[in-house]
Amino acid sequence: MAQVALRNIVKTFDRTPAVQGIDLDIADREFIVLVGPSGCGKSTTLRMIAGLEEATSGEIFIGDQLVNDVPPKDRDIAMVFQNYALYPHMTVFENMSFGLRLKKFPKPEIKERVQVAARILDITDLLDRRPKQLSGGQRQRVAMGRAIVRNPKVFLFDEPLSNLDAKLRVQMRTEIKKIHQQVTTTTVYVTHDQVEAMTLADRVVIMNAGRIDQIGSPHEVYHTPKTQFVAGFIGSPTMNMLPCRLVENGSGLTVRLSDWLSFPVPPSRAARYRPRVGSELTFGLRPEHIIEGRGEVPPGAAAFQARLDVVEPMGMETMVYFVVDGVEVCGRVNPAAAGRVGESMRLVADLNQMHLIDPRSELVL
Amino acid sequence: MADIVARDLSVPVAGRQLTLHKFARRKSTIAFVMALPLILVVACLVIYPAFYSISLAMMNKSMQYFNIFTSKNNFTFLFGRPTFWMVVEQTVLFAVTAVIFKALIGFIAAHFVHNLPAQGQRKWRGMLLIPWVIPPAMSTLAWLWLFDPSYSAFNWVFAHLGIPQVAWLGNPYWARFCVILVNVWVGSPFFLIMYLAALKSVPEQLHEAAAIDGANWLQKIWYVNLPMMRNIIQITALFSLIVTFANFDIVKILTNGGPVDQTHVFATWAFQWAIWGNDIPLGASISLFMAPILAIAAFLILRNVSRRGNEA
Amino acid sequence: MTTATAEAAAGHGHRVRSGSISRGRRRTLYWSYFFLIIFVIFFLTPPLYMFITSLKSSAEISAATNPWWVYHPTLSNYIDLLTQNQYLVFFRNSAIVSVCVVSLTMLISVLAAFSLARMKFWGSATLATGVFLTYLIPDTLLFIPLFKTFAFIHDKTGIELINHWWVLIILLPTLTVPFCTWIMIGYFASIPKELDEAALIDGAGYIQMLTRIFIPVALPGIIAATIFCFTVSWANFLYPLAFTTSADQLTLPVGIVTTLIRGDVYAWGQIMTGALLGAAPPLIIYAFLMDYYIAGLTAGATKG
Repeated sequence: MAQVALRNIVKTFDRTPAVQGIDLDIADREFIVLVGPSGCGKSTTLRMIAGLEEATSGEIFIGDQLVNDVPPKDRDIAMVFQNYALYPHMTVFENMSFGLRLKKFPKPEIKERVQVAARILDITDLLDRRPKQLSGGQRQRVAMGRAIVRNPKVFLFDEPLSNLDAKLRVQMRTEIKKIHQQVTTTTVYVTHDQVEAMTLADRVVIMNAGRIDQIGSPHEVYHTPKTQFVAGFIGSPTMNMLPCRLVENGSGLTVRLSDWLSFPVPPSRAARYRPRVGSELTFGLRPEHIIEGRGEVPPGAAAFQARLDVVEPMGMETMVYFVVDGVEVCGRVNPAAAGRVGESMRLVADLNQMHLIDPRSELVL
Repeated sequence: MADIVARDLSVPVAGRQLTLHKFARRKSTIAFVMALPLILVVACLVIYPAFYSISLAMMNKSMQYFNIFTSKNNFTFLFGRPTFWMVVEQTVLFAVTAVIFKALIGFIAAHFVHNLPAQGQRKWRGMLLIPWVIPPAMSTLAWLWLFDPSYSAFNWVFAHLGIPQVAWLGNPYWARFCVILVNVWVGSPFFLIMYLAALKSVPEQLHEAAAIDGANWLQKIWYVNLPMMRNIIQITALFSLIVTFANFDIVKILTNGGPVDQTHVFATWAFQWAIWGNDIPLGASISLFMAPILAIAAFLILRNVSRRGNEA
Repeated sequence: MTTATAEAAAGHGHRVRSGSISRGRRRTLYWSYFFLIIFVIFFLTPPLYMFITSLKSSAEISAATNPWWVYHPTLSNYIDLLTQNQYLVFFRNSAIVSVCVVSLTMLISVLAAFSLARMKFWGSATLATGVFLTYLIPDTLLFIPLFKTFAFIHDKTGIELINHWWVLIILLPTLTVPFCTWIMIGYFASIPKELDEAALIDGAGYIQMLTRIFIPVALPGIIAATIFCFTVSWANFLYPLAFTTSADQLTLPVGIVTTLIRGDVYAWGQIMTGALLGAAPPLIIYAFLMDYYIAGLTAGATKG
């Protein structure tokens, strides 16, 4: 019905490849987020779906229709821009109804559609104002209203929250999620903020240098990243990554991080990792899996002592930093249990959540 | 740039053929058609006459043949006439002197206006721009009346103050002074407005920093304003140089080149030869002498403009 | 250091005048007013004098009393000019020419500017720079070959292009189109490209984009360009002087200069009145639309 499919999409600008072969299937009513650092090709991909850029090769399907040659206005899509792109000389009502007026919709229907959208977005009392009289958040809502009114097959969002201040961003994020629950149109959302991706998406598409590194639900990409890039990109604060060596001794596999720090590999992982014994690998563990060591050590975890380099009280938790062979490692502890800078503190690492990454291929084992 | 329907013809994609219909719909075709009237205007009314001018300059008076390579052509004629060299000197003198004074007055006045509280600036700016708004031909008539040999209002004031009367437009030196004066009067407001705008864009913090460093008002102007405004100053001066160099209205109405050809500029002298003297090729050759200066000034302006574009 | 109260980073002229302006500040202000008054006297004397003279009868003028004061003000000059057919003909010619030139110019400029600012075609960048350059070629260089060309066309085809005021409608765009295009390119280019894209997605074609988005948003620029265009056409002296000779074909500036000066007799009262009335349209526009006027002036050089 209103799925979107991309088949081997390539886009080159003047011999610079921006998108190097993307395959993506988006289901009807799905909220999919394209996330990645600047320059990874996510905006370009979005613009190709919109028809604002032409794909150098590959096929784009909206619904069942091949739309490569179809101009934007005939693709039945709507787009929300980073800079809102509201027509400054038109009122909010006129902004929202512009597309419908161009298509010569009857006036009563236009009015009805705008009222419905305005109600959903809570901007009914702004309909007579001009964009310059509105705040950033209000403008963004009008931009969304313009999209909703068109009742398209697909919504396209191009980093819509990047221009808002932090607090407003959090607010609008929730709004967008609620709106999607009401207006269930298929949505393709582009952002560089992984928090937005995690909170909004049904599925996350992580892009890097023009390619897709991983597609999966937020849970999947968080707990089972496939590449080093995904592992480091998703999650804040970022996953700790240290060079290590995988060794085998009598009691099983051990990850040797430094002279003074080694972790035993949980038996469940032993089979997966055994072929790589002896290699230099990268060890990954998220900060929330290094906590204060109190009492018994649960199975699969390991306790150790470390001298704290930096202590950051965050209120609800305290981030502690210690150094392992020149690399700063981060842990998340209960504020009450946190040690002081320079002191040695007992920490426990939950190794059931560890990842080992091949440094050459950058794939997670 | 919203590159929508721009077909990349060098990459053949299956099934796309360049039909006439598709060609008409191409963005670049539509764009070209929209720009066509402009191209026509520029080609027919600017480029073509400019080149025709060169061609005319190389002909004899009756325009029957080209005499550029003979020993008796327009240029040898001009170079041999002392009036020509006078015209060269006068045009350059007027242009350079007038621009310098316009820039000075504009610069000084801009600073004074800038000093005023914001609401007041509008009023004063409004009054000071009036010489620019009045068509130069009309205001030159006013000056002509002010300099009238018998009824000059200035002479009347002089008489009452015991200063000897001045034969404004009758005396060659005074006549030149008058031409420059009127030129400065008409053009200063332009400089005022441009410099005022440039002055407003100088960050106030620089002045504050200079004040802390111990600079007085003169030093602030020299070390802060002048460098920051340098680009605008140059561009405006060059613009004005071109316009003043090619000026016709003021000289024609005020002195018509007199007395004794002492205030002729290229434009008026060319007019005289072409229209009254019925020697079009000669007129064309005279007016061509404006071209080198214009070209140099144009080149400098372009370079300045693009440099500023890069800085921005 | 001056007590710079509330001097915002970019608020130069916005000095809040609280009660505690320092003495140095006040002194600068007095000197500023002093010099500005001198400048204003210099700048406004000629128009003022035009006005004074226009109220004088020719008797009073030749009586050579105080030229700076009117003893017996009279409107006879005005009445004479405005009821006399000839002056009105000049006015009419100028008005029609200017209006037509403005319409033609704006049509050409807006289309071309939209094309050059937004769409790419082969040579569009060179054309944009070239447009700017043609503005620098003065009319004093072009009028001679154009004159000859018109004479030539007359010889060959019998179409008489000289001595008709409507020829100016063809000629004056030379002076106005380059600059107006340049201004409009600047204004159009400053419209964010996302507005285009939003319009595209909303379903607008190019013409619709131009008429419903670009022109309304760039309206200040269009007004500024229109004012500039009108002022240039109205004030132009050279082309009418060169290309029209019969009294009924002249435009206002040329008409006043040539017909009110008969031989050695200058009817100064009428001349000044005529000049003042001739300066009136630009002055009136300026009075009401001063900001747009100035925007048009500064646009050329600063929107580089």
